Amino acid sequence: MAKKKTIDFQALLNDVDALFPTYQALDQDGNVVDESLVPDLSDHELVELMSQMVWSRVLDQRSTALNRQGRLGFFAPTAGQEASQLASHFAFEKEDVLLPAYRDVPQLVKHGLPLYQAFLWSRGHVVGNEYDDDLQALPPQIIIGAQYVQAAGVALGLKKRGKNNVVFTYTGDGGSSQGDFYEAINFAGSYKANGVFYVQNNGFAISMPREHQTAATTIAQKAVAAGIPGIQVDGMDPFAVYTVSKLAREWAANGNGPVLIETVTYRYGAHTLSGDDPTRYRSKELDDEWQKKDPLIRFRNYLENKGLWSEEKEEEIMENARQEIKDAIAEADKVPKQKVTDFLKNMFKEQPQNIQEQIKFYEAKESK
Amino acid sequence: MAQKTMIQAITDALAVELEKDKDVLVFGEDVGLNGGVFRATADLQDKFGEEQVFDTPLAESGIMGLSFGLALEGYRAVPEIQFFGFVFEAMDEIVGQIARTRYRMGGTRNLPITLRAPFGGGVHTPELHSDNLEGMIAQAPGIRVVIPSNPYDAKGLLISSIRSNDPVVYLEHMKLYRSFREEVPDGEYEVPLDKAGIAREGNDITIVTYGAMVRESLKAAENLEKDNISAEIIDLRTVSPVDMETIIASVEKTNRVIVVQEAQKQAGVAAKISSDIAEKAILSLEAPIGRVSAPDTVFPFGQAEGIWLPNATDVEEKAREIVNF
Ligand SMILES: Cc1ncc(C[n+]2csc(CCOP(=O)(O)OP(=O)(O)O)c2C)c(N)n1
Repeated sequence: MAKKKTIDFQALLNDVDALFPTYQALDQDGNVVDESLVPDLSDHELVELMSQMVWSRVLDQRSTALNRQGRLGFFAPTAGQEASQLASHFAFEKEDVLLPAYRDVPQLVKHGLPLYQAFLWSRGHVVGNEYDDDLQALPPQIIIGAQYVQAAGVALGLKKRGKNNVVFTYTGDGGSSQGDFYEAINFAGSYKANGVFYVQNNGFAISMPREHQTAATTIAQKAVAAGIPGIQVDGMDPFAVYTVSKLAREWAANGNGPVLIETVTYRYGAHTLSGDDPTRYRSKELDDEWQKKDPLIRFRNYLENKGLWSEEKEEEIMENARQEIKDAIAEADKVPKQKVTDFLKNMFKEQPQNIQEQIKFYEAKESK
Repeated sequence: MAQKTMIQAITDALAVELEKDKDVLVFGEDVGLNGGVFRATADLQDKFGEEQVFDTPLAESGIMGLSFGLALEGYRAVPEIQFFGFVFEAMDEIVGQIARTRYRMGGTRNLPITLRAPFGGGVHTPELHSDNLEGMIAQAPGIRVVIPSNPYDAKGLLISSIRSNDPVVYLEHMKLYRSFREEVPDGEYEVPLDKAGIAREGNDITIVTYGAMVRESLKAAENLEKDNISAEIIDLRTVSPVDMETIIASVEKTNRVIVVQEAQKQAGVAAKISSDIAEKAILSLEAPIGRVSAPDTVFPFGQAEGIWLPNATDVEEKAREIVNF
C-alpha cells in the first residue's frame, strides 16, 4: 500500500514569509544600510522631500491645535507617517491619479489641492471638494476600501488609453481586511492595469492591533493571491519608501500590471481627533519605541552629514509652513456659508420635478 | 433605578443580556478593548471576556456574514456596524441574505441577529457617518428596523430585539446618545417590538415620528399648546413594520396628521406611512397629510447640517398649516 502523503503546513507558512523581507535603506540614525535603495535624487530634490516632510509635521501639529480651538473639523493625525505618505507621493507625477483615504490629506495638498480647500473639507464645506480639472485626484474617502476598487477602474482606464501614467491609492492595515481590497488588487492584476496600491500599516486600525487584523505575517503577501508583486518596506525610511515606489510606478506605468506596497509605519497621535483615546489600546513604551524610528530624525541626520541641512533651515521651513497654514485658514474663513438650494442644484445635471419644487421651497426659506 | 443617558441604557441592556444568556455574542470593529468608538460597549469585554465580546477585523460584509453563521450555530449575534453609513458594505448580507433566510427555508431556521449602529445628523460627523438610511432597510421584507427615542425605550427595545428570533436592525441616533438622562430601571424589562408609543396625548393633530424627531416634535407641541393646539405625538419605535393600528386610531381621533422624519423626503418611512393613512383613513381626514423631512439631496456637509435637518420650527409650521387648512 502506498504511504499516505503528509503535508507540513507550518512549512507552507514559513516559505511564504521568507519571500517578504522588509526593504530598508536608512537605519534609525540615518546611516545607509542598503546602498542599492538610496534614491537617485539630486541634492535639491532631497532637500525638497525633507522640506515636505517637515511641512507635514507642522501641518499635523497646527491642525491638532486648530481642531481643539474649533477652527477645524474632522482631523486624522499624520505625524509619524511622513515618509510613508510624502516619500511615496514624491515618486509620482502630477498627471498620475491620486485616490486618497481620510488620512492622506498631505499627499493631496502636495498633489495640488489648495490648502484652504483641504481645511474646508475638514470643516464639512462643499467648496473643499470642488477640484480643478487639472487636479488628478478625488476627495479623501471615508468608506474604507471603496476607493481601492475605483482605483482599479482608473488603472484600467489609463491602460486602455495607452497612457504611461498610473493611479496610486492608500488604505490602512485595517483596510486590507475589506473585500474591496482583494477585489481591487485582483481586478487590477487580472487586467495588468496601471496601479500602485499602498497599505500604510501603522500598527492599528483604531484600537485593533495589526496582529489581530490578519493571521498573515505581512500584508504585502496578500498580493500573491492576486498574482501581483507585493513588497514590504520600512515606512519610517523615506529612502526605501521612495525607491520602491519609484520602481513600482515604472513597472505599472510600463504596462506590467499593478504593485502592492506595504509601508510599516506608526501614527503618533490619536486615530482621529473625534474622541479617540490611544492610551486605551497603546502603551507608552510602544510609542517611545516608534518615536526612535522617526523618519525626520534619520533623514535629518543623513542630510546634515552631507551638509545639506541645518537647524536654521528647518526652522525656516517650519515658519513658512505656519504662515501658509494661517493664510489658508484666513482664506477658508472667507468662503460664504453653504445653502440648501446650492445642494439641490448640484444633485443632478437635469433637475427632476421633486428637486425643482424643493429649490423653490428653500429659496423662499433662505430669503426670509 | 437610576438616571441614565441613552448610551448608558444601551450598554446596560447589552450587559443584562450577556449575563443572562451566554450564547449572546457582542462583536464588531473596536467594540472589545476600546468599548466602541462611542463607548456603547464600554467594559463589557472586561466583564464577560473575549469569548463573548470581541473585536473583528475591519470588514462589514464579513461582520454580517459572521453573524449569519453564528446565528445558524445557535448563537444570538449582536454585531455593531460602527456607523450606519457604512452599511452599504454589508447590504447583501443584511437584505439579500439575513432578511430572507427564514422565508427561503420554509420557516425552518431562525436568525436571531441584532445589528446595532449609530446614525443620525446634527453631530457634524464627516460624510457617510450620519446618513438616515433606515428607509432603505425598511423597504426589505423580513427584517425589523427599531429606532428608540429615549433611554427607557432604548434599553427595553434592545432587550426585546436580542431575544427576538428574527433579525433586527437597531439604530441609535447619535444626537440622542448623551443629550439627556431619564429614569431607567435596573435589570431586565422589555419594550415590545412592533408597537408604537404615545409620546404625548392630544386632540387636534397627530404627529407621527421617530428617533431624534420625537424630541423636536415635543418642542413643537409645547409651542402649539400656547395657541391651544393640542398635538398627539406617536413615537413609532419600530419603523418597519409600522404599527398602523395606533396611527389610525389617533388619526380617527384628531382628524389631522403630519409625518415627521429626519431623512430626505424620498427616503422611505414617512412616504409609506402617508400612503397607508390615505389608504385606511382618508375619510377621517379634514386636511391633507403633511410631511416634514429633509430635502432630496445627499446628506449634507457637516457645516450645513443646521440648515438642512428638519427641526421643531419646521414641525410647528407644518402642523399649523395643516390645522389651519
Ligand atoms: C467601511 C468602513 N468601515 C468602518 C469605518 C470606520 N473606521 C474609520 S477608520 C477605521 C480604522 C482604519 O484603520 P486602518 O485601515 O488601519 O487605517 P488607519 O486609520 O490606521 O490609517 C475604522 C474602523 C469606515 N470609515 N469605513
